[in-house]
Amino acid sequence: MSFLSAENMTGGYGGADILHDCEIKAERGEITVIVGPNGAGKSTAMKAVFGMLNLRLGRVLLDGEDITGLTPQARVAQGMAFVPQTNNVFPSMSVEENLEMGAFLRDDDIFETVDQIYELFPILKEKRLQPAGELSGGQRQQVAVGRALMTQPKLLMLDEPTAGVSPIVMDELFDRIIEVAKTGISILMVEQNARQALNIADKGYVLVQGANRFTDTGEALLANPDVRRSFLGG
Amino acid sequence: MDIINALVLFSNFVVVPALAYGSQLALGALGVTLIYGILRFSNFAHGATMAFGTMCCVLITWWFQSLGINFGPLPTALLALPFAIVLCVVFALVTDKAVYKFYRNAKSSPVILVIASVGMMFVTGGLVRFIIGPDDQQFGDGERFIIKAREFKQLTGLSEGLAIKTSQGIALFAAVVVVIALFWFLNKTRTGKSMRAYSDNEDLALLSGINPERVVRVTWILAAALATLAGVLYGLDKSFRPFTYDQLLLPFFAAAILGGLGNPFGAIGGGFIVAFSEIMMTYAYKKFFAYLLPEDMAPTELLQLFATNYKFAVSFLILVIVLIFMPTGLFKGKSV
Amino acid sequence: MTIDARALTYFAIMAGLLLFVGFFQSWNVSLSILNLCLISAVMALGVNIQWGYAGLFNAGIMGFAALGGLAAVVVSMPAVPEAISAGGGLIALSFGIAALTIALAVVAFKKLPNTKMRSVLIVAIIVVGYFTTRYFFVPGTAAVEAVEPARTGYLGGFGLPVVFSWLVGGAFAGIAAWLIGKITLGLRSDYLAIATLGISEIIVAIIKNEDWMSRGVKNVIGIPRPVPYEIDLQQSEWFQNLATSLGADVVTFSSVFVKLCYAGLFSIVLLICIWLAQRALNSPWGRMMRAIRDNEVSANAMGKDVTGRHLQVFVLGTIIVGIAGAMLTTLDGQLTPSSYQPLRFTFLIWVMVIVGGSGNNWGAVLGGFLVWFFWTEAPIVGLWLLEVITSPLAEDNALRLHLLDSAAFMRLITMGLLLLVVLRFSPRGLLPEKSARR
Repeated sequence: MSFLSAENMTGGYGGADILHDCEIKAERGEITVIVGPNGAGKSTAMKAVFGMLNLRLGRVLLDGEDITGLTPQARVAQGMAFVPQTNNVFPSMSVEENLEMGAFLRDDDIFETVDQIYELFPILKEKRLQPAGELSGGQRQQVAVGRALMTQPKLLMLDEPTAGVSPIVMDELFDRIIEVAKTGISILMVEQNARQALNIADKGYVLVQGANRFTDTGEALLANPDVRRSFLGG
Repeated sequence: MDIINALVLFSNFVVVPALAYGSQLALGALGVTLIYGILRFSNFAHGATMAFGTMCCVLITWWFQSLGINFGPLPTALLALPFAIVLCVVFALVTDKAVYKFYRNAKSSPVILVIASVGMMFVTGGLVRFIIGPDDQQFGDGERFIIKAREFKQLTGLSEGLAIKTSQGIALFAAVVVVIALFWFLNKTRTGKSMRAYSDNEDLALLSGINPERVVRVTWILAAALATLAGVLYGLDKSFRPFTYDQLLLPFFAAAILGGLGNPFGAIGGGFIVAFSEIMMTYAYKKFFAYLLPEDMAPTELLQLFATNYKFAVSFLILVIVLIFMPTGLFKGKSV
Repeated sequence: MTIDARALTYFAIMAGLLLFVGFFQSWNVSLSILNLCLISAVMALGVNIQWGYAGLFNAGIMGFAALGGLAAVVVSMPAVPEAISAGGGLIALSFGIAALTIALAVVAFKKLPNTKMRSVLIVAIIVVGYFTTRYFFVPGTAAVEAVEPARTGYLGGFGLPVVFSWLVGGAFAGIAAWLIGKITLGLRSDYLAIATLGISEIIVAIIKNEDWMSRGVKNVIGIPRPVPYEIDLQQSEWFQNLATSLGADVVTFSSVFVKLCYAGLFSIVLLICIWLAQRALNSPWGRMMRAIRDNEVSANAMGKDVTGRHLQVFVLGTIIVGIAGAMLTTLDGQLTPSSYQPLRFTFLIWVMVIVGGSGNNWGAVLGGFLVWFFWTEAPIVGLWLLEVITSPLAEDNALRLHLLDSAAFMRLITMGLLLLVVLRFSPRGLLPEKSARR
């Protein structure tokens, strides 16, 4: 049984269905990547996993427990964390306050977690009193990931974390994400930069028009000539 | 000597009144800016809410006075204030439930909320006039002055006096205390931080598990308390009249927008800037310059930039200048 | 029931109400109400163009209506030659200097590079210009106001037929709206509301305080009429004959006749306005306006100049409000600055638009009629209601006396509640907009 198992997801934002019988699974401590062409429903699939759109059919299981009916907020309490693609920090609040807000639901001592995050993202410690809105794009993404980690999630979901950052920053971010996964957290990530993402992925899903097209390990997908031709540009 | 006299004159008619008025405006503008930051609309009913809170305070003060309760040299109204704040908070929370909550849940555009607040402004204004009437009400008592002009003259031997009313002293003192307390609350407490987070990024605040209804409730409590305090301080300093309180809406907005809507720090700065501009631009500088200039150059005109009748035009002017040149305000508020 | 049948029913009910008042109260009262209904309808139509077509919230209707009222004075009152010779030159000179100052400041702002020097220069221009303006303005106005203050004390007007003032009033209001719109449109929607609220208070303050222009709170009375005077009618033979042939009392009939004349004029204006408004609404321009209103972001993305369109529609709507303001002062025959109350002007008109049906011109007209009718009849009913409610209390009971005393403020509360209730439970109003709104 996978740690996260979303099965037969079918639904959309009210109009026509965007997802068609879509399946996403993620294992403990592994990185799972969803790739696919524009408009394939990648982000929608992730939002469905997080409960941000109503599914007509299908269910979502987290650690064997059915969470299909829960609101996103309740799923946070269940151990899921979500980093939106944009507007993912509190711009006028300091880095440290951003992290604190991430832990809003916790009433135990959070400073240990804060320290862990500073260890993971040393630059944040340096800038901890600066408003998050004044940081560079890459640093802001780190704040966003840090904020999400503050709930001590078991599953971290990232919606295109590298959108709009330079290739160097992207590599660094991916390194950090690998480190996060090593601590035993499952990662589910939607990525536009398919090649680089599949490189670090344990498992990859290629979605086309809201349905699963290919599912395999990251390595195998990179080697698959069909996938290369259609989605990785040769 | 003449220079000192001129300065004392200036302090007496400009600096002291402007500090007191600025404190009142800052407290009022804080309420406007908090509502804007959290509920994302300009609350046109804020002046009326202030009148409502003040009315409660006036009525309770009269009752206390009739019972013979007083606060020594300080106005009895200060004893009544906590009760008035409670009443006004209850009123604000009921209004939110009855009127604003619906539009918030329906995610209506801000302009609908503004219109609803205009409706509330008339309902509240009508209620206040219905209960206490439209006329001027005096409710100050206790010692009227901290320093009397005559005492000051005797003390210093100057020909100009400096009078500081108790109400002015209280206004400044209260503003300083409240502002410090508010900033401590917003920057140091969990609830305060969650309000700032909500104001910064509503969706992310929801994802972080911040309860929006709680944030909204705390905001109304703060806004109503600040409005009552501002209104009572204004009423003690001048007098309580519902119409005047309605008219304070414009300086409130000017102060809040000047400081950057949604930015509490800015609202305070804005309040003092608006107060000083208003008083300095409507003050007649004739006597002031008479002290400073040689006798044969003494001015014959009043040297007043604006007639007192147009004092709220100053707020409007500030508003217009801000909107033209820096729509996010001096201290960078929410986006335009 | 289709909307047109619904509209007909409502208008029939409205006519019935007016006839009822005519038969059971008096035709004079009924026609007075009708005339104000017509003016209210025009005003509501103007606001509907702003709110219903474009979603703009104008919180300063009072000020724009007051500008219309000022136009009635400026256009139609006879000039006061003594006052003009006493201070007219100085005032004109000061206005010239003020205009020059503004022009210089704008030129400096536009042409010079953005440096500290420029800011200093602009401030200097404004300060010098302001004091020079005042140097001529203050003695000028003092001289004007000293001319027979009890009777004139102001410059007077151009002595033209008062009907021209309706156009001029529209123009005055339009200019003010253009300035405000230019500053606030394109920013957050709240700013327009705040700025219009401010400008309207300032306009009314100016009319109240600038005696040389409007006599201030001394009021300008005896504004010439566009229709005959009762006394002339009563003395003319053809009118006496007409009255006798209808079997009516000459005095009563003369005042009914005058009111009918007004009603005729106002109806013409209303019909022209509504014809234009309907044509505009159903033109490509109107469709674009509604598209912008319903989705500003995508309209912007499609290259529509949203701010420019908003400015157009805001100015157009305000012009109509200005026309209605001038008509109102014409009907009153006097300019009473203290009568400009936000409740009566800004707020009541809003209630008319929202109750009638925002986005629907006929709805705004119906709202104007219906709300005005109840506005005039409400105090009578309200007072009666309060008397009934308090009747168990003794005649001199303090609570009873207080309640009866405060009955006037019930209007504020009722109107506020009416707006809130309609906005909440029937936001589309009595006559909803035809194409479904989102």
